[in-house]
Amino acid sequence: MAAMRGTIHPSRWGAKGVRMVQGQPGGRGGLSRRGLLKAGGGVAFAGVSIAALKLPFFSTDGAQQDPLECRTADLSAEQRELIVSNWPQYIDPRKKATSTLSVFQDRTGISVDYHDDVNDNAEFYAKVRNQLASCEPIDRDLMMLTDWMAARMIGLGWIQPLDPKKISNVHDNLIEPLRNRQWDTDLTYHAPWQSGLTGIAYNAAKTSEIRSFEELLTRPDLKGRVTLLSEMRDTMAFMLRVVGADPDEFSEAEWGKAIDRLQEVVDSGQIRAFTGNDYTQDLAAGNILACEAWSGDVIQLQFDNPDIKFVAPEEGLSLWSDNMIVPNLAQHQANAEEWINYYYEPEVAAKLAAWVNYICPVEGAREEMEKIDPSLVDNQLIFPDDDLLKTTFDFMPLDDRQTTEYEGDWANVTGG
Amino acid sequence: MASTAGTAPVAVDAKPDTGRRRGRTGYLLILPGLAWLVLFFVIPFYSLIATSLYDPNGSDFRGYDMTYHIQNYWTAIQEYWSPLLRSLAYGAIATLLCLVLGYVLAYAIAFKAGRWKNLMLVLVIAPFFTSFLVRTLSWKLILADDGFVVDLLQTVHLLGEDGRLLATPVAVVAGLTYNFLPFMVLPLFASVDKIDPRLIEASHDLYASSFVGFWKVTWPLSLPGVVSGTLLTFIPAVGDYINAQLLGSPNQRMIGSVIQSQFTDANNYPIAAALSMILMVLILVMVLVYVRRAGTEELL
Repeated sequence: MAAMRGTIHPSRWGAKGVRMVQGQPGGRGGLSRRGLLKAGGGVAFAGVSIAALKLPFFSTDGAQQDPLECRTADLSAEQRELIVSNWPQYIDPRKKATSTLSVFQDRTGISVDYHDDVNDNAEFYAKVRNQLASCEPIDRDLMMLTDWMAARMIGLGWIQPLDPKKISNVHDNLIEPLRNRQWDTDLTYHAPWQSGLTGIAYNAAKTSEIRSFEELLTRPDLKGRVTLLSEMRDTMAFMLRVVGADPDEFSEAEWGKAIDRLQEVVDSGQIRAFTGNDYTQDLAAGNILACEAWSGDVIQLQFDNPDIKFVAPEEGLSLWSDNMIVPNLAQHQANAEEWINYYYEPEVAAKLAAWVNYICPVEGAREEMEKIDPSLVDNQLIFPDDDLLKTTFDFMPLDDRQTTEYEGDWANVTGG
Repeated sequence: MASTAGTAPVAVDAKPDTGRRRGRTGYLLILPGLAWLVLFFVIPFYSLIATSLYDPNGSDFRGYDMTYHIQNYWTAIQEYWSPLLRSLAYGAIATLLCLVLGYVLAYAIAFKAGRWKNLMLVLVIAPFFTSFLVRTLSWKLILADDGFVVDLLQTVHLLGEDGRLLATPVAVVAGLTYNFLPFMVLPLFASVDKIDPRLIEASHDLYASSFVGFWKVTWPLSLPGVVSGTLLTFIPAVGDYINAQLLGSPNQRMIGSVIQSQFTDANNYPIAAALSMILMVLILVMVLVYVRRAGTEELL
């Protein structure tokens, strides 16, 4: 968005700039004005020359950093503070005295500066890229980003390793399916905050049951009444399954097949839009009959409208998580580690899960949930059993060339 | 003492000494503006050009080499000519609709509103008090498949049984028209309001019909407003992508969302920068041609 604005405004000034040069009449003031223009040109040239020293005229270095070098002294002991960036609506109401966050502050004496300023992984990346690429602080101690973005940042060396001794709860209590992720096998850099499943949601009052992703893409009665998610990995994982490939490991050719299939579906007019969280409003309002959806959203929709159903499609479910990571130059890493360890206590995790309704990544939270809200204990979308988890898949990590290429293909089909 | 820029050349002839000093004052006066331009236009613009010439194989991991890869422009045009043309077409249609609606409105406010004039002007600006996004999102509610607009159009058979407005070009163009209408009305009003009504009366005295009177008197006198209004509408409308994203489907995407997704999602900075440059140059050329033909250069 910011990039776009930047491209509109210069065009207006461009128009003005050219007129200035062309439109000077020769008349009486001609000489002095011409001199002025020359001087202006001179200043502009000087400005450009200075800029050339700072700005990337001849090339830009890679953004990679070494987290062991790009770090700062930890002030946690003196400054009992912690700055957190998270997605909106992703924590129980914080102001309440009994909320997980209030209890954390009371117990540790750390005052938490909490921001819900992560709306989109790519957007957040664009926001912090320039600072982290040149080893400058982003004034945050902890942030929650989705698997692939966390993986990319870890790969770029922008994330600090965590002290395993200080986050022992994570190593003890993390549920099995979320261990051994390809991009950080031994939990050196990350701890999942919440997990979720991507599947299909539909409005049972208005359409018949949908069992597979294939149906979603082809059934004529759904034409123009279906949305898919604009997160590339969510949707393409299913497309890869539809063409018979494995999202955990696929080839260039298989990717090509999957993206071509998606293009056909888009051209046929089956897909109304590619959306972020806003599909929930369209589904509730009846503009769409079915969609690709995130499990937690659907549980929350069901409170208002029991006709909304979540389906595990025949192709399987995509399992993902949003992960807590500590950026380079964070000043309160030890405080951040206290936070992480705290949220991996089963009791705290259950309290959080009872409110956000996503998959709880903490072993033992299910037993604690009995005390908080027994109706949620058997909810497969919060505490999925092993059978369900067996059908889940992950999206293979992409290298930087693949990222540019695949995201480019994706943008071409979906309209960005 | 009364040294104005206009008298400068005379002073040069009389006394070169004072002339130089006056000249210097002029330079000094222009410095703040120049500094502003350099800081907020020249440098970003320059950075954009540089980015558009980077090696397309670069990435955040490897960095970007300056290879003066002018082919980026060709690649960008080849891949994205259709959203580019679509943006120009949607922008042009929306501008035309704005002109028709806006002219009627501006004319009514200027000549017929009487004591309601100020109130009506405030009402034109009032939508700006809420956010652009909120206004566009509320159109989603109005045009919803189960909404009353679609129902009404279906009852009068303008829309088929499972017809819809959302996710069609109609919704996108309507959104653009709605959002940019005030940019058209205000300049139009400013120039229509200045027209001396006696000139129109005079045309009637000379046996001109209402239409001929309008065509020969009002319209030519309001041309400056028409030109600036169409420019203020067309330029941002072509670059807009919020309307296409919220009210359209993937088949209505505009060049703005392509640039945005190339920048933020694909991290393909060279192509995104090249596309921005192409869009900028296209609009610049079109505006210059338009202004030349309309004969209102002094507006720019």
